[in-house]
Amino acid sequence: MASAWVSVGHLKKFGMLGMNCRNVDFINRYNDRKLFPLVDNKLKTKLLAQEYDVPTPALKFVVREQHEISHIERELAGLESFALKPAKGSGGKGILVIIGRKGDQFIRSSGALMDILDIRRHMSNILAGLYSLGGTSDVAIVEDLIAFDDCFDGYSYEGVPDIRIIVFRGYPVMAMLRLATAASDGKANLHQGAVGVGLSLDTGRCLNAAQFGRPIKLHPDTGRPLSDIKIAGWRDILMLSSQCYDMTGLGYIGTDIVLDKVAGPQLLELNARPGLAIQITNGRGLLPRLRHIENMTVNRRFRTEHRVDYVMRQFAEVDSSAQSSA
Amino acid sequence: MNQKRTFFSILAILALSGIVIAVLRHFATGIPFLPGQEQSVWLVEARIDFEADGGPVTANLGLPDAQVPGFEVYEEQAASPGYGFAILTDNGNRRAEWTKRNAEGEQSLYYKAQLVETNNDNTGVTDPPVAGEELPAYWDAAQELAAKEVLDLAREKSSSPESLTRELVALLNSPGSQNAALLGSNSNDQADLLMLLLNRADIATRSVMGLYLEDARRRQTLTPMVEIYTGEEWVLVNPVSGEFGVPANLLLWHRGGVSVLDVTGGRQSRVHFSMIRQTVPALQLAQVKNSESVFTRLGVQHLPIEEQSMFKLLLLLPLGAAVVVFMRVIIGLKTSGTFMPVLIALAFLQTSLVTGLISFVLVVAAGLGLRSYLSRLNLLLVSRIATLIVLVVFMISAFSIIGYQLGYSTGMTITFFPMIIIAWTIERMSILWEEDGPSEVLRQGGGSLLVAVFAYLLMQTPIFVHLTFNFPELNLVLLAAILAMGQYTGYKLSELRRFRSMEDL
Repeated sequence: MASAWVSVGHLKKFGMLGMNCRNVDFINRYNDRKLFPLVDNKLKTKLLAQEYDVPTPALKFVVREQHEISHIERELAGLESFALKPAKGSGGKGILVIIGRKGDQFIRSSGALMDILDIRRHMSNILAGLYSLGGTSDVAIVEDLIAFDDCFDGYSYEGVPDIRIIVFRGYPVMAMLRLATAASDGKANLHQGAVGVGLSLDTGRCLNAAQFGRPIKLHPDTGRPLSDIKIAGWRDILMLSSQCYDMTGLGYIGTDIVLDKVAGPQLLELNARPGLAIQITNGRGLLPRLRHIENMTVNRRFRTEHRVDYVMRQFAEVDSSAQSSA
Repeated sequence: MNQKRTFFSILAILALSGIVIAVLRHFATGIPFLPGQEQSVWLVEARIDFEADGGPVTANLGLPDAQVPGFEVYEEQAASPGYGFAILTDNGNRRAEWTKRNAEGEQSLYYKAQLVETNNDNTGVTDPPVAGEELPAYWDAAQELAAKEVLDLAREKSSSPESLTRELVALLNSPGSQNAALLGSNSNDQADLLMLLLNRADIATRSVMGLYLEDARRRQTLTPMVEIYTGEEWVLVNPVSGEFGVPANLLLWHRGGVSVLDVTGGRQSRVHFSMIRQTVPALQLAQVKNSESVFTRLGVQHLPIEEQSMFKLLLLLPLGAAVVVFMRVIIGLKTSGTFMPVLIALAFLQTSLVTGLISFVLVVAAGLGLRSYLSRLNLLLVSRIATLIVLVVFMISAFSIIGYQLGYSTGMTITFFPMIIIAWTIERMSILWEEDGPSEVLRQGGGSLLVAVFAYLLMQTPIFVHLTFNFPELNLVLLAAILAMGQYTGYKLSELRRFRSMEDL
């Protein structure tokens, strides 16, 4: 079993990216500070995505002022299902998912019922900054609910599975699928106990899976073997993530993508300080790929499809496929 | 790459200049690098007593030079009510002069000097003697004869001024010698006699008054000594024992033929000395000795005592900040609030560690309990934190009063905690509790306390307190270290654990 510590030499051999190195060599160097609001504010990200034709759940309306909340039922009138989010929330905090109605009541994704007063209170909390970083005042976004793809049936407990792809200078360099578990309370956050499944860049097939930093083989709640996972339409997903670089200009980002049954891959949000756990789920470090891209002479005429084709070829899994299927 | 080189050379310059300035300061002001180095200081008090005649009075006392063999005067003062006082330099000799228009009856004048033991062997005046200064000898024919005999005898057995002197002392000391008895009959003391005899032998001499320093002695008098000129230098001789050189505990108080004490307008004047030995931290000495040095002016010691104590804390902050950087960047500890641990450590400095830890944990735990009720009230953030601040103030007051009533006066020091920081800490921890569970609260709270305790331990180490306060420029070295850590891209210690599953691959 896993020993309590790993040696520096071992981490170096695998090219594991450490927090300090990520901050100094990548975030500080490639992410312009003034571009951060574009990703820290979901509303800005969404408007930007619409501008660049990047598919994203459609924005229904925005609640900016407290007085708008008193007659919010008029705005909600035509919406059967929707997601209510704080624009500056992080880590999935403050997101309210309504999947349907029952008379005057709203049905949450967990099955619980809410009335309009609860919705109002939630909006009021969002505006007060309850879920935003540093407690600054915020706005509430109401957007279309994702009708998420059946392909993950049995792989996710309650929450929406999403695909995190690290994009460096427009090149997708590593990907993982995040599956909610009972331990993570339906959230797709790895540090809360979601399962991370490393995906091969060439095919979108499962490489490795981990929960709480330890490798696992089966989904802890449903018992389905995680190694069977293979994402359909993988190239489109990579294309979407790569576009986010052109859209924001941020050199080192994490893109969170969900699969809609009808509309296909949708950009959910971006992260300018993506975490390092993706390396554990992939069983490999980010550094070799990042350095490879960094040392490449950048061809400015390279468009999104060129970049995606390049990484699918360059970072194709050759030997570890045998390992993971074993 | 080039940029990196520039960066690191700037760091090197920063660190180096800090060290160089510190070393320069050390040599210029004598502030020791280690705390608690002690030097012994002699407090010598000369007391002059005389009976004033009723008219103008001038009292004049020979003083030791600023630097005499083995000692250095670093502070002197006169305490003599009603008298004008000045220190004059007359023929290279320092003299204290007290003056008063009208004085009558018993008078006491005081001169106090504080002397540091040094290891300089500077004998003061090294000029060759001025010729033709022969002392008059009032001897009768028999004494003249005795002197000649003694000198002849001594000269026969000697080869140099030193050996001659030694032989003369031996002859004068020989108990059965008639000559010695004859010569000694009208000489005040052996020093005068020795000088007379040496002058007959054409050896230049000087009279010296020395003071033997012994701890806690009172009513001491000066001991007459003789200096002879060997042809190259002046050597001190003890006229009674014949020993050469300055004994370690002898302070050369006065030199030359002029009398030690001169009083005009008074009678029955006498001077005697009392002395005590103190061990004073070398630092305190340096402070007094160098009040004029540039380094002292630019040092913190020049400020009023009250500001100094504030600076003492202020100058420790960089150390605490460096500890936080180290713990977060190299070790990878999670703390709640980046520099909160430093402020907690500062509070610990006032409260002492155990009291501080207990009261901090008590206040935060009680605050978390109250906060869980607050979260049900659905308050806006600002008013929630304001409420917490008020509650923290109440809690701290309550703990202080209860502690005081129970007889723990240490309870009062709890007020040193930065209340607003504590309120924020409670708020953050409670959000953490709700979102990530109590284990995360324990982890981050424990991390914060660990960093705070570590910072506290460093910040209360005497050597760091001493260095940061007396050599503020050493903070440049810390700054360089902090900057260097800011460029550290290696793994954190915690990541060696976080990525431990990689070991299996």
